[in-house]
Amino acid sequence: MPRIIFVEFDGTEHPVDASNGLSLMEAARDHDVPGIEAECGGVGSCATCHVYIDQEWVAVSGAADRVERELLEMVEGRCEESRLSCQIDISHEMDGLIVRMPEAQGF
Amino acid sequence: MQFDVVIVGAGHGGAQVAVMLRTQKFEGSIAIIGEESELPYERPPLSKEYFAGEKEFERIQLRPARYWDEREVTMLLGKRVVAVDPAAHTVATDGGETIGYGKLVWATGGHPRVLPIPGGDLPGVQGVRTRADADADAMKAASETAGQIVVVGGGYIGLEAAAVLNKAGKKVVLLEAQNRVLARVAGEELSRFYEKEHRDHGVELHLGVCVDAIEGDTRVTGVRLSDGEVIPADLVIVGIGIIPAVAPLIAAGADCANGVRVDRLCKTSLPDVYAIGDCAAHVNDFAEGAEVRLESVQNANDQANVVAKGIVGDEAPYHAIPWFWSNQYDLKLQTAGLSTGHDQAVLRGDPATRSFSVVYLKAGKVIALDCVNATRDYVQGRMVVSAGLEAGPEQLADIETPLKELLSV
Repeated sequence: MPRIIFVEFDGTEHPVDASNGLSLMEAARDHDVPGIEAECGGVGSCATCHVYIDQEWVAVSGAADRVERELLEMVEGRCEESRLSCQIDISHEMDGLIVRMPEAQGF
Repeated sequence: MQFDVVIVGAGHGGAQVAVMLRTQKFEGSIAIIGEESELPYERPPLSKEYFAGEKEFERIQLRPARYWDEREVTMLLGKRVVAVDPAAHTVATDGGETIGYGKLVWATGGHPRVLPIPGGDLPGVQGVRTRADADADAMKAASETAGQIVVVGGGYIGLEAAAVLNKAGKKVVLLEAQNRVLARVAGEELSRFYEKEHRDHGVELHLGVCVDAIEGDTRVTGVRLSDGEVIPADLVIVGIGIIPAVAPLIAAGADCANGVRVDRLCKTSLPDVYAIGDCAAHVNDFAEGAEVRLESVQNANDQANVVAKGIVGDEAPYHAIPWFWSNQYDLKLQTAGLSTGHDQAVLRGDPATRSFSVVYLKAGKVIALDCVNATRDYVQGRMVVSAGLEAGPEQLADIETPLKELLSV
């Protein structure tokens, strides 16, 4: 089980032993990590599971597809590292991944 | 039994009230009374990913089971509230229990409308509203062995179910009483686009047809139309809307119309009784002040947040832009705002490219967008609707101009 560290905007860390195959959003939801809303349930429609993935992890996390990039264009706190956590599937290579969260979700 | 907050209904809205109360550090006791035996789960996948077998049930639960234990939310499942006594502040269940409340949140949603015709309750005829519906042995077995499946109703549920069954290789016939699909919720351009898509995929679509009876002795064998034609069917899926589940509130004297009426804080006319989600008739800022009842996750969640914050003393009126999604085949529809009452619809992009939007205006103001495989229009459209942008049809139709640029003009 890869250990993923979710970090709230205020710096509070939430280490989570996550299951392969689920999405980062599902791991956060199932471990009650605050700050991820995921209103659409993970189908890439609502942009309320916005997180930041550092550039060094991009090789593992992959890149956002067109729909995801477009959804992210208008979210609050958008930056180069922005991703939707429902679109990232967990793999064993993600052990140690740090997932930072924005101050607020949504547009 | 007595709880500070009793939530009736374990769907999106009911669950979110409990979640938000605990997030707001509410320390009182909370109970959720649910008619189904399941912990709260997402309903939209029932006609999409879950129905298609792409997601396990555990993956569509709104929270893992331990969450409700840890947060001390008492789950009273498999129970139906049959009466409310507003003076005594109690509800009665079908099992004869009396449960006291400080605040009551009515979040029951609705039950699928059934076909009021002979045979409408035959085995093999069913709605899609609960896990049990999507799981039903009849549904699974029939959709594996069925020669032909008839879907009654060309709304989102019917179209999504048809898309899933079609993708699974089934012969699907879809019947719609109106002269176009999605007639209640979208403009004609969108209807015609989805009709063509379903037909191109092989769904047999009949518009403007009335169903007179469901044929069969012990189980459905066919659907008889008003012109006498009988369409053979091994399974009939009915998606013709819901009836708000508010009978106990009506009996208790609550002001009810199409659903139970609530004010901007989601309070009913009964003291300490709130109502939210699919069953709540409310004046919506995005419907030009009209009273509406919205059947969406957005509305359930946002009204739940209004109630939870109100209970902890942080009252703020409901004001949230409506949004919605529907996935069919490889088409991702996203909508912002409410198109009901529009007097002009502008096509933005070419439907033949399978990526376009319909922009709805009323008195020159953008009130809603339906965006098909056009996420950028959707996210910018939310801003445009929220801002109440006034723009000409030529500007809105110009796909070279991003919608957000019209805001700064």
